[in-house]
Amino acid sequence: MSTDIPSMLSPRPSVQWFTPGRIGIYVFLISAALFFLLPLYVMGVTSIKPMVEIREGNIFQFPLAMTFEPWAQAWSSACTGLQCNGISVGFINSVQILLPSLVLSIFLGSINGYALAFWKVRWGHWAFSVLMLGAFIPYQVMMYPLVRMFAWADIFQSITNIVLVHTIFGMPIMTLLFKNYYGGLPPELFKAARIDGGGFWRIYFQLMVPMSLPIFVVATIMQTTGIWNDFILGLIFAGREHYPMTVQLNNIINSTQGEKIYNVNMAATLLTSLVPLAVYFVSGRWFVRGIAAGAVKG
Amino acid sequence: MKLPTRRPAWSAHAALIPMGTTVLVAYIAGILWTVRISFTSSKMLPKSDWVGLKQYEVLFASDRWATDMVNVALFGVTFITGAMVLGFLLAVFIDQKVRFEGVFRTLYLFSYSLSFVATGVIWQWMFNPTLGIQQSLRSWGWENARFDWITSQDMAIYCVVIAVLWHSAGLVMAILLAGLRGVDEEIAKAAQIEGIPRWRYYLSIVLPQMGASLGTCLVLLAVAVIKVFDAVVAMTNGGPGDATDVPTKFIMDNLFERQNIGLASAASTTMLITVLIIIAPLMYARSRSEKNA
Repeated sequence: MSTDIPSMLSPRPSVQWFTPGRIGIYVFLISAALFFLLPLYVMGVTSIKPMVEIREGNIFQFPLAMTFEPWAQAWSSACTGLQCNGISVGFINSVQILLPSLVLSIFLGSINGYALAFWKVRWGHWAFSVLMLGAFIPYQVMMYPLVRMFAWADIFQSITNIVLVHTIFGMPIMTLLFKNYYGGLPPELFKAARIDGGGFWRIYFQLMVPMSLPIFVVATIMQTTGIWNDFILGLIFAGREHYPMTVQLNNIINSTQGEKIYNVNMAATLLTSLVPLAVYFVSGRWFVRGIAAGAVKG
Repeated sequence: MKLPTRRPAWSAHAALIPMGTTVLVAYIAGILWTVRISFTSSKMLPKSDWVGLKQYEVLFASDRWATDMVNVALFGVTFITGAMVLGFLLAVFIDQKVRFEGVFRTLYLFSYSLSFVATGVIWQWMFNPTLGIQQSLRSWGWENARFDWITSQDMAIYCVVIAVLWHSAGLVMAILLAGLRGVDEEIAKAAQIEGIPRWRYYLSIVLPQMGASLGTCLVLLAVAVIKVFDAVVAMTNGGPGDATDVPTKFIMDNLFERQNIGLASAASTTMLITVLIIIAPLMYARSRSEKNA
């Protein structure tokens, strides 16, 4: 990772500029960058255009009369069906869902990974194999039974419910992440701690947690974007009162009656995307590391 | 002397109870329950009768399910091919010792951090048949330009493909770029001395060495195809007609709107079996390569 910065900054005298080949490379790279950026740009300019300009103009055109009214509306007065409280309600719900889900799923994932990597619990490895298989199975396969189970436990469609569901479906990747990390540590470390008389929890809290802070950061990044961006689980398990931002967004976009207010829709989309975009741009290479870590074994 | 590691680690067992419970209750019991319901005549509430394969007969006689299977296959093939080709090209071009490499990488991957709902909404707007790209083309002089794929029975599915490609191509780029960096640079020099063209070098020498990275990408993309739901709901809601409907949406509709739990469970079980058929060989290959390693 540390090699990235020097290779970016140091000039490479061996590479010749202005050959047709070099120009071709940059033309391709810049066109590709436009493909990725243009939709974001279109969204941005649409969100600050008055509706008159949207109806008459061109989606790529910069607004003539810029307005931030759509952002204000999207935040506090856009309608989802009959209610018109904007997407701020969804924002608060998403935060309420995110924080406990983060703590619970990462804590359990790290414990599972630690126990599987160092402690010889034979049934644990069987359970882990099933869990890995579970990562490939579409949510729909387990969905109805889960609905019935949570209804039976009398917590269906509550914050507790959606937090548990995120923990259940986040468990395969979180466990894998930590198991791979701890599995890569030298086993002598653990043996020495055992000979010193360390127990399960003491070794975990005093040795493993401090040593694995980087992987906790990676896990936090992965789970923050994953849980924030979830739609289907929030739709079914959170309940109408606690719909996360993505569900609210979809309701604003696709169930408005009468004329569609595109500028407000785009502002609402951008507002919903702010958290994952901020995580992405702030975390930089850590985000990529999460992809790599999750991709090690698929 | 007895090593301390031999001591029965009851706290290790205890710590794994949440995982064991999750696996047993949510995954194993959940899956078995769904399979069981698929053999009943359950409508709104689950029943415990036994109707054999009746739900499966209904399922496979259903036009909508047949359309959904064709749609997801078409989506899967075009999306995976597109993402692999685009991702590979991006990785190769970035690997040409370009300036601002970090900037390009960052730009190609940011869309991957967005939700599928946002992705669907963005592209629904781009593809808007009256106010979207079509109108821009017209205002730039192509007065008869037509770009209304999203309302077309035949082309709407490709709108979803483009949107999801935009979302996920960067992922392939990131994984393949890491793979490319692992290829020995001496080979590149040797190939250059031999006068082998660059494209030949990448296709015939580099590509075959990147099996692991390519496999990882394939698995991740295949999982995305199987799970595709949010993007479709946000972008087209399955329409026009059933043109972009997918099996996951068929199941959700039958579970929560049409109150046809038996049929939904038969569809879920069919998906489960399909997934197992696809990934069982993968898991087997992986466990073998682990034993050999």
